[in-house]
Amino acid sequence: MPDGAVPVLDVKGLKTVFRTRGGEIHAVNSVSFDLRPGELLGVVGESGSGKSVTMMSLIGLLPMPPADVRGGTVMFDGLDLLNCSEQQLRAVRGARIGFIFQDPMTSLNPVFTVGFQLMEPLRKHMRLGKKAARVRAKELLELVGIPDAARRLDDYPHQFSGGMRQRVMIAIALACDPKVLIADEPTTALDVTIQAQILELVKELRQKLGMAIVWITHDLGVIAGIADRVIVMYGGQIVEQAPARELFSNPRHPYTRALLKTVPSVRGERMPKLNVIEGQPPILRAEPSACAFRGRCAHAMARCAQENPLRRIVGPGHDVACFWEPLDQEWQDG
Amino acid sequence: MLDRAERGHRKLVEIKGLKMYFPITAGIFRSKVGDVKAVDDVSFDIYEGETLGLVGESGCGKSTCGRVILRLYDPTDGSIRIDGVELSDADSGTLRKLRPTMQMVFQDPQASLNPRMTVAAIIGEPLDEHSRLSKAEKLDRIYELMDAVGLNRNFANRYPHEFSGGQRQRIGIARALALNPKFIVCDEPIAALDVSIQAQVVNLLEDLQDRLGLTYLFISHDLSMVRHIADRVAVMYLGRIVELAPRDALYDRPMHPYTQALLSAVPEPDPEIETERKRIILTGDVPSPANPPKGCNFCTRCPKVMEICHNVNPPFRELEPGRFAACHLYEDTDTTAGKTAAQEELTSIQQGV
Repeated sequence: MPDGAVPVLDVKGLKTVFRTRGGEIHAVNSVSFDLRPGELLGVVGESGSGKSVTMMSLIGLLPMPPADVRGGTVMFDGLDLLNCSEQQLRAVRGARIGFIFQDPMTSLNPVFTVGFQLMEPLRKHMRLGKKAARVRAKELLELVGIPDAARRLDDYPHQFSGGMRQRVMIAIALACDPKVLIADEPTTALDVTIQAQILELVKELRQKLGMAIVWITHDLGVIAGIADRVIVMYGGQIVEQAPARELFSNPRHPYTRALLKTVPSVRGERMPKLNVIEGQPPILRAEPSACAFRGRCAHAMARCAQENPLRRIVGPGHDVACFWEPLDQEWQDG
Repeated sequence: MLDRAERGHRKLVEIKGLKMYFPITAGIFRSKVGDVKAVDDVSFDIYEGETLGLVGESGCGKSTCGRVILRLYDPTDGSIRIDGVELSDADSGTLRKLRPTMQMVFQDPQASLNPRMTVAAIIGEPLDEHSRLSKAEKLDRIYELMDAVGLNRNFANRYPHEFSGGQRQRIGIARALALNPKFIVCDEPIAALDVSIQAQVVNLLEDLQDRLGLTYLFISHDLSMVRHIADRVAVMYLGRIVELAPRDALYDRPMHPYTQALLSAVPEPDPEIETERKRIILTGDVPSPANPPKGCNFCTRCPKVMEICHNVNPPFRELEPGRFAACHLYEDTDTTAGKTAAQEELTSIQQGV
């Protein structure tokens, strides 16, 4: 990946707040990252860490209210998506930025045929006629590996299996040749053997089509297999960012380290006891004034409770939001 | 740590030829037109004090299997013996007396706890039903259980919605423990939890097993977690058990092609391994259990499929001491002999790094 390339998506200082009856929830706090052409950026975090909300806010998919995007800029194609009209956003969503959601059952409309749903973006965004759209829709289904594509266009979502439905979702997201594809836990609802099929498909499509992908997941194994670069989120903030190999071989944030250690493996050595991150993730009632992880952190210091650590650079393309200076030996030995 | 399987060699649970068919009906008279063979001729034993992992993909019948063992469903055929008592045809009175010894922890702690009951009422309900404790004794027992699962006693009068997912699962576990059961079916107890919370709950289940000598049937689709918690593992596919083996043997040297594919599909949190590794990618989807293929259930997706697989269902037999599999690849294997050539080849593919 050329480091100097102009990012296709450049997010700076994104803040999203939810107004609820119990007060405000600060779901995304000053999140900044960029996405370079053709790269696959993995976003890892537990539920509630703000990974989905970040991606939904930047293309205006959150219902407002209760959501409120308070600040930041999202530059895409020379356009600040946060200051766009709804009309401008519509031209971006589904056309230049594709989206794949977690659950293929609920994100496809059960009363329309798969063909209709595939042709919709083609007709709206690309202004294709009925016949041309149908031809393209068939090509798309073939591209994602659905056998007998021409006939399956007239089937309804319930006639497809889970893995096939996710393939349809991918086909819809790819319909207008997007520059950026945002995939929100696209394999979480699938079985491992089907997940393996989808991961293979995505790798193959990347080579063919060359779009940049943001892949949201909580599964570190999935990330290890496909990502070029990884962002780790905790408590609505990015706590670590690094190239994939670097993140797994030299994690710097205590949370990343703990996360990597809690996951048991199907190969390699079997731990007699699982490592645990004690405690619960934070509830983000206010803008963070201290480190969100300090209550569960083995290396918490007095300073962690006084100020929120800023991201600092620790290596090429590697930054971490933590005051603690880890000894490199420690991770390799442990 | 002592291997839990070595503690007891008494069979606590014995399942033989268990079948659970759900009828498919059609027409205004709801006449039966077929069966969904959710569990189709399954046999295994669970030894006292051990954890048997039951893995498989969604729809393979693993949850149904767990439920029918506890007689939450009436089995179509076969025998279920728990602690020497036959359950498959027991009447409701007999079953009720046996209920305290066998309990269940459910997948979704949100759905399995009554939102209108306090934690104390939820944990205490089995005590109301099955014991004659005084109010004070009951409260003592509830507090004891809350301590055991790591819940703060002060929260006894709170409602489930006030707890996080991991804590809710602890409530479910405390309820299952209330009557001092011997055998607990854990049906995907960690599937709905976050990674960092999963480890907490799994460690809790292991601690409780060590302290109370519990026997678990641990149903899960998470192969890495099952490798951690189980002593022996059974792999299910489309209503049948295709392989059953001690944990290490199964993970190091899977024999059935389905087990091999399943293990190879699990992504590893290490980019070095991930980019090098050759995966066995299964094509297609799991067939419908209402219309399973003729012969071996796996024949439509098996990378090693042979002529015979399309015609004859392979018997589930012991290939090595303690290792069972249902596959024609090992037909010529003498049950006591070591590795065959075919098996060696498969092993090298599986490890194919």
